[in-house]
Amino acid sequence: MAGVKADPGRYRDTVPDTDVAAPAIAIDIRGVTKIFGSSESAVRALDAVDLGIRENEFFTLLGPSGCGKTTLLRLIAGFDHPNGGQIFLDGIDIAPLPPYRRPINTVFQNYALFPHMTVAGNIGFGLEMLGKPKAEVAERVDAMLRLVRMEALKDRRTSEISGGQQQRVALARALAPAPKVLLLDEPLSALDLKLRKEMQIELKRLQHETGITFVFVTHDQEEALTMSDRIAVMHDGHILQVGTPRDIYERPAERFVADFIGETNFLTGRAIEVGEGWATLELNGDRRVKAAVPDGFEPAGEVTVVVRPEHAVLADEGEQADLAGIIDNIIYVGTDSHVRVRLDDASLFTLRVQNVGADHAALDEGRRTGIRFRPGAARVLKD
Amino acid sequence: MAAKRSWLLSAPALGVLIFAASGPLLIVLVYSFLKAGAYGGVVWEPSTEAWFKVFFQRDIFDDTLSFADAHLSIFWRSVRLSLLTTVLALALGFPTAYFIATRPAKSRNLWLFLITIPFWTNLLIRTFAIMEVIRNEGLINTTLLSLGLIDQPIQILFTDFAIALGMVYVYLPLMVLPLYAAMEKLDFRLVEAGYDLYANRFQVLKRVILPLVKPGIVAGSILVFVPSLGAYVTPRVLGGGKNLMLGNLIELQFGQGRNWPLGAALSITLLVIVMAALLLYVRTVTKEQHR
Repeated sequence: MAGVKADPGRYRDTVPDTDVAAPAIAIDIRGVTKIFGSSESAVRALDAVDLGIRENEFFTLLGPSGCGKTTLLRLIAGFDHPNGGQIFLDGIDIAPLPPYRRPINTVFQNYALFPHMTVAGNIGFGLEMLGKPKAEVAERVDAMLRLVRMEALKDRRTSEISGGQQQRVALARALAPAPKVLLLDEPLSALDLKLRKEMQIELKRLQHETGITFVFVTHDQEEALTMSDRIAVMHDGHILQVGTPRDIYERPAERFVADFIGETNFLTGRAIEVGEGWATLELNGDRRVKAAVPDGFEPAGEVTVVVRPEHAVLADEGEQADLAGIIDNIIYVGTDSHVRVRLDDASLFTLRVQNVGADHAALDEGRRTGIRFRPGAARVLKD
Repeated sequence: MAAKRSWLLSAPALGVLIFAASGPLLIVLVYSFLKAGAYGGVVWEPSTEAWFKVFFQRDIFDDTLSFADAHLSIFWRSVRLSLLTTVLALALGFPTAYFIATRPAKSRNLWLFLITIPFWTNLLIRTFAIMEVIRNEGLINTTLLSLGLIDQPIQILFTDFAIALGMVYVYLPLMVLPLYAAMEKLDFRLVEAGYDLYANRFQVLKRVILPLVKPGIVAGSILVFVPSLGAYVTPRVLGGGKNLMLGNLIELQFGQGRNWPLGAALSITLLVIVMAALLLYVRTVTKEQHR
């Protein structure tokens, strides 16, 4: 995984250039390494990770289980301490501090509400530990209950309320001390789909209303795309790419990112001509395609190209096509049909065709067809 | 049908309890209201003399009535030493149980196994072994003397401290095991949540861990306090016969004292003290929980 070292230009293509000055960084993670276990069986959970999380943003750490996202969250919270590197919060290295010395609160995966306290007792706990006067605690608890719309259940035990309500209490408890950063460790994974959708909207609202930096951990790419201002895609203890949901989805830089987020088609091409941010490639012999190239990458020889299924269309009869093959399989999924085409080199290519008209006649299994890419659809990967 | 069958399952245990516990207890109760036989045993004549003697004594010369100081001081010593034993066992057992509960699941069984090793040897032998360690010519004193730290042996054996030490040693596993059982169920994410919400180590212990492992503390305390109160072997060997506890006093009445009704009345008194202490303890604990 070359090029994961601190390189200011690395994410240039994913940070939109605007006239506005760059937003202030809330958490600055520099060269953080975390190793679990002793010498022989040591696992490098995080390997020299650099990351800047901005103030007031909804930031998501996205990756499969075991990628290091939860480890990184626990290092920020203070439950674990890094073997190397620094974690700056407002310019102060908090890496050696215990969790109770950090103005950071966590919403735990299974909420971790105190079962021996009421809803109000849970929400007020942090403020109480900070030594706030009783009246102030009570006032703030009421405000938090209003914020998460749980006023009626104030005096209930946490075992007497539903999963969704527990989720709200956990949020209120973590927000009550007004932390600088709120950490959320897969907080929606225990909820059913409908409740999860509701809580996604609720979380966005809370982040907007409180103006607190949210750092959200999930393995659910759809959740990450829907909710985040920016996403860091993690794999194997490294951060592969950081960017807005649109950057990550439409301009993946590496194979893992392209594969993990959404569906995609991988093709092999040969670089013929290389320009600033683009390259002309030769796909399957003579067909030439212009493709976008990640910043700071010089494609040469054989390269991998990705095209999203919805960024390609079936070519009309006689039209110049980028690829050609035989329709192998059609799956009707309502708004779309997924068309799988077996290309001439025997690999498969999937297209997503919107079912807008009655032109289904063209979609026959076994029929030969051409595939045309939409402009800017093809993208070269670094690996 | 199912209920009837499950009742049958408990029938043998109930039978044993009725014949081996309730039956003898009833006999003890009856004996306490009889007259003492001249050479032990009882004379079948109703009397409250034994109960009177538990609390009061009559002067041999002028018949004046006073409290039975000897008995009362033994009651008090028993309660005091049992409380001390329970508190010490809790203080030692709590960190031990916490240590075991926070080990990886694989090694926990080994630690628990080590805790139960003392049970393999006879109580009497273990008590005499302690005696070897703490007596004036024992391990501790000879070591301290040879190091020149003391000129005279420290009198440890035959003191209240020796009794408490012996009882803590004997009953510590009974404290550790229920504490461990409670801590093993403790969700350590709650501990992390406590730290996350600005509670320091002491506050996490007081506000999160202690309330959640309270059932284990209650069970462990009862398991240590109750047998301590009736302990016989430990105070006999380590207390040297002059620092009596209730168990020894009762034994004395059935043996040398040849006053079975008094022994029986003292036994019932012990039972009442235990029950009163438990009731008080459980009520204080549960009241706090419902706050």
